[in-house]
Amino acid sequence: MFANLMAWIEQRLPLMDAMNKHAAQYPAPKNFNFWYVFGILASVVLVNQLLTGVWLTMNYEPSGDGAFASVEYIMRDVDYGWLLRYMHSTGASAFFVVVYMHMFRGMMYGSYQKPRELLWLFGMLIFLVLMAEAFMGYLLPWGNMSYWGAQVIISIFGAIPVIGDDLTLWIRGDYVISGATLNRFFALHVIALPLVLVVLVFLHILALHEVGSNNPDGTNIKKPKGSVPPEEQSKFTFHEQYTKKYDIVDAIPFHPYYTVKDLVAVVIFLIVFCWVMFFAPEGGGYFIEAPNFEPANGLKTPEHIAPVWYFGPFYTILRVIPDKLLGAIGMFGAIIALFMLPWFDRGTVKSLRYRCTAHTVNLVQFAICFIILGVLGTLPANPLNNMIGAIASFGYFGFFVALWIYSKNEKTQPVPERVTG
Amino acid sequence: MKKFIVAVLAMLPMLVIAAGPSLELDKANNDLTDKASLKRGFEAYINNCLACHELKYQRYNRTFADLGISDADGAANYMHTGEKVGDHITNTMPAKEAAKWFGSTPPDLTLEARFRSPDWIYTYLRSFYVDESRPFGVNNKVFKDVGMPHVLQNLQGIRTIDEHGNLSEATGGSMTAEEYDEFARDLANFLEYTGEPNKLERESMGYWVIGFLFILLFFSYLLKKEYWRDVH
Repeated sequence: MFANLMAWIEQRLPLMDAMNKHAAQYPAPKNFNFWYVFGILASVVLVNQLLTGVWLTMNYEPSGDGAFASVEYIMRDVDYGWLLRYMHSTGASAFFVVVYMHMFRGMMYGSYQKPRELLWLFGMLIFLVLMAEAFMGYLLPWGNMSYWGAQVIISIFGAIPVIGDDLTLWIRGDYVISGATLNRFFALHVIALPLVLVVLVFLHILALHEVGSNNPDGTNIKKPKGSVPPEEQSKFTFHEQYTKKYDIVDAIPFHPYYTVKDLVAVVIFLIVFCWVMFFAPEGGGYFIEAPNFEPANGLKTPEHIAPVWYFGPFYTILRVIPDKLLGAIGMFGAIIALFMLPWFDRGTVKSLRYRCTAHTVNLVQFAICFIILGVLGTLPANPLNNMIGAIASFGYFGFFVALWIYSKNEKTQPVPERVTG
Repeated sequence: MKKFIVAVLAMLPMLVIAAGPSLELDKANNDLTDKASLKRGFEAYINNCLACHELKYQRYNRTFADLGISDADGAANYMHTGEKVGDHITNTMPAKEAAKWFGSTPPDLTLEARFRSPDWIYTYLRSFYVDESRPFGVNNKVFKDVGMPHVLQNLQGIRTIDEHGNLSEATGGSMTAEEYDEFARDLANFLEYTGEPNKLERESMGYWVIGFLFILLFFSYLLKKEYWRDVH
């Protein structure tokens, strides 16, 4: 009976075939390391945000008069509302932690290089939409930092010549941030952007499975058909889409091998996540900032307006450039540079394991600069901080320029034919 | 090298100063599990603070339940203006007039302990001093030029400030310094409670959840090991 039903469905919509293609018979390199868990973790956080978001929406009131009180209503009167809210607020920060790690993994092992440029671009679009999603979500509790943080960020668009002022008016829907702004941000945060995000994640995974996963050695696990003797090939069964054209080596099916391995990673992640959520949900004032426990007040500026930590790096680049327009260009340029990474890198060797020493040095200095920029973004501006910020910004952009230069005629080590780990 | 380390260590306090002037707060050392302290704080709040400062996100009956007070006892002892037990803890002070009287409307204090901190509240309540230049004749070391009179002056007494910014011992109050500190600690404790009534439940649930996750980790690790035996 059940088998008949499955066959009936399969003839009309090949679900099992899709499952095999993308999980049970998807060839994943067997040498994934620690850095390869963050994609799965990002999916886990995405699902967490979507589900808790739906339940929060049931009791949240998107209006200037009611928003702040409705959040406190969720915290006090809704059964386990506090849990849902903390899952969502901690999830927002966790999302950026795992996404930044995921991106850095891509940079270390050259996962953006040919033929994975489009995969990288979809990932960057996800990052961009995620930033918009987080920014709009942060206004919704309607606390004073929500209000003034949004004020600062929207005013960045005012730096654009000619259309700047009209543009900020168009974004806010009012001359100041008001209930009108809150309502449109709510609509975008709960419907428009999540839809875009889910579609992009879908495309990201499809694009990944089309070109196949990279690995820490940057070797190709798909060899030309007929070039590998059968006893050297991977002994597992893979979907014919992959075996039709290639001989697969050093690969294992994603399911069950990586699902059980990722389960361990997910549980470790959840332990850290729950530790923060249950014992330090404000994240030391970085995940929920103290001024946000005061309702939005257009007449009372918090002592020190800081964007949430995950915008820190880009906010610092904006701030250290004295001219407002140039600052905005610098900030968007920092993101565009990441988009263009596959074309800044003219090398053909993917993994830093087999690239020149300069590349490793460059990558490490980039990571250090990024962290310094992030820390500075949460601190008040003063001459010393601005000077450090300027140096770190130089290091950030310098990464791309240096990469473009040395990758042309790079002295690389031979990449092994087969994975090493 | 040793000299260098000593020099760096000697400079550390300067770095702290360079990090920005932050006022030293006294530790409240309050304890959310101390129900008697919370009850005293609740009573002190109703009697001394509520006339001006609402707790408009917090309900009476929730507070009674969490502090171990029956609704009937609560209504008789803590509710003086005829509300229902399910109501939020509010007052009837007209906001606009209050802004005229005090310079600004006295803020709601439900979340004060999260906006500032229990230590801040504790220190603030103990840092009023005589300043004849202010409308109510008092100022506060923690909150400069605060619009609020020292409503607890009868209890604490009067303190003065010397040219170095040190406060004198309080004189003329009905409480000793220790009693007043205890009183301020109870209030800070109560406001930490209203800031997040679920805090204790949250933490106790946390231990169970994380305990469960460690068990799950153990079994998922065994599962992984078992499956990966085929991978070479």
